[in-house]
Amino acid sequence: MWQALYEELKASNFVVVSVALDSGGARTTESWIRAAKPSYPCLIDERHLVAELYGMVNVPNAVWIDETGRIVRPSETAGSSDSFRTHLDRTTKQMSAQGLAERERTRTTYFDAVRDWVAKGAASPFALSSDDARRRLPVFTDEHVLAAAHFGLGQYLHAAGHRDAALPHLAEARRLHPESWSYRRQTWELEEPGKAGSATFWAAVDALGDRPYYPPPL
Amino acid sequence: MTTLIYAGRPPYRTTATAAGDDLWLASDELAAATGWKLEPQGLCQGDRCVRIPHGHEHELVRETQRQGSRLVNVAALARLLEQPMLRDDAHGVWYVGDAAPARRAATRSLQAPDFTLPDLDGRLHSLADYRGKKVFLVSWASW
Repeated sequence: MWQALYEELKASNFVVVSVALDSGGARTTESWIRAAKPSYPCLIDERHLVAELYGMVNVPNAVWIDETGRIVRPSETAGSSDSFRTHLDRTTKQMSAQGLAERERTRTTYFDAVRDWVAKGAASPFALSSDDARRRLPVFTDEHVLAAAHFGLGQYLHAAGHRDAALPHLAEARRLHPESWSYRRQTWELEEPGKAGSATFWAAVDALGDRPYYPPPL
Repeated sequence: MTTLIYAGRPPYRTTATAAGDDLWLASDELAAATGWKLEPQGLCQGDRCVRIPHGHEHELVRETQRQGSRLVNVAALARLLEQPMLRDDAHGVWYVGDAAPARRAATRSLQAPDFTLPDLDGRLHSLADYRGKKVFLVSWASW
C-alpha cells in the first residue's frame, strides 16, 4: 500500500517505516513482505511494542514524525475507511464498485495530506501544532497499561507453550482495552488461527453500530 | 527458577523465588534484570534516582549473610513506581509493565519514543536511525 508513495517522496527526505504488529514474527509476515517487495524498512514487532509506545489500536495506524523526532500527528487511521462494513461481501470477500470507489477516495485524500506535509513541512495544515497534537494524543489510562501487561504476559506464556495459562491474560487485555482492535484480532488469532477474520470479528464490528471501526483522521 | 520480564526488557531467569507477593533479587541480578542499581541515594536507573521512602526500607532492601550483598524486592519497587505487575505462579513468571504516569508524561512531550526492531533478515533498525528525515511510521499485520 505504501510502496508507490514512498518511491514518489523518498527524494524529499521522507521515509516510510512499517511495523508488523504480529506475534507470529517472520513465520506469519514473511510471505506478505516478500510479495509486497517494499524498498522501505519493514520491521517485525512480535510484542506489539510500537503499538504500546504510540497508542496504536489498529492497522493501518500511522504517526507522523518530523526531522527533529517530534510527533506532528499522533496515531490515527492511515488511509482506510469503513466502506468494508457495508460494501464487502463477507462470503466472497469481494468489494462492490461503490465500496472500491469510496476506499480509493479515502486513500487519495490521506495520501495527498502526506504529500502536502512532505512538501511544506511545518507550514502544512496537516502538520499539527503542539497544542493540537497533544489534544489528539491517545489516552494512556491505568487500564491501558494493565491491558498491555496482560497482553505481554499472555503472549510470553503462549509462546512458551503454556496456552491454557495464556488465554485468560489475552482475554483480559481485550476487556481492559476494548478500543484496541490490534489486541482483539491478535489475541483471537492466538486463540485459534483464522479467528481474527471470523464471525467473531464481524460480530464485534457490527456491535460498533454508529461508531467507526476506522475513525476518520482528517 | 523464576522468569522476570521487566518493562520491555528481555526475559531474565533467576534462581530467586517468590515469597508471597514479594520477589527478592540479589542487587547484581537486579541490575541485569531491570537496569535499577542500589546506590547510596536510593535506587537508580541511569540518571534517574528514586529515594526509598522513610520507614519502608525493610520492604525494599534486605541485608544478606554475604559481605557486601543485599537483596532488593522487585515487587515493592514496582509498587513504588506505580508499575502494573502480574504473575503466573504455575510457571514462575513475573511481568512488570510500564507505569501509566511515566507513559503519560513521555507522550505529552511529543518526542517520538525510540525503539529497536529487526527486519525480516534480522537486521536491527532504530527509529533514531532516521532522524533528519520525515518519518511515516505505520502499522500493519498478517491477521
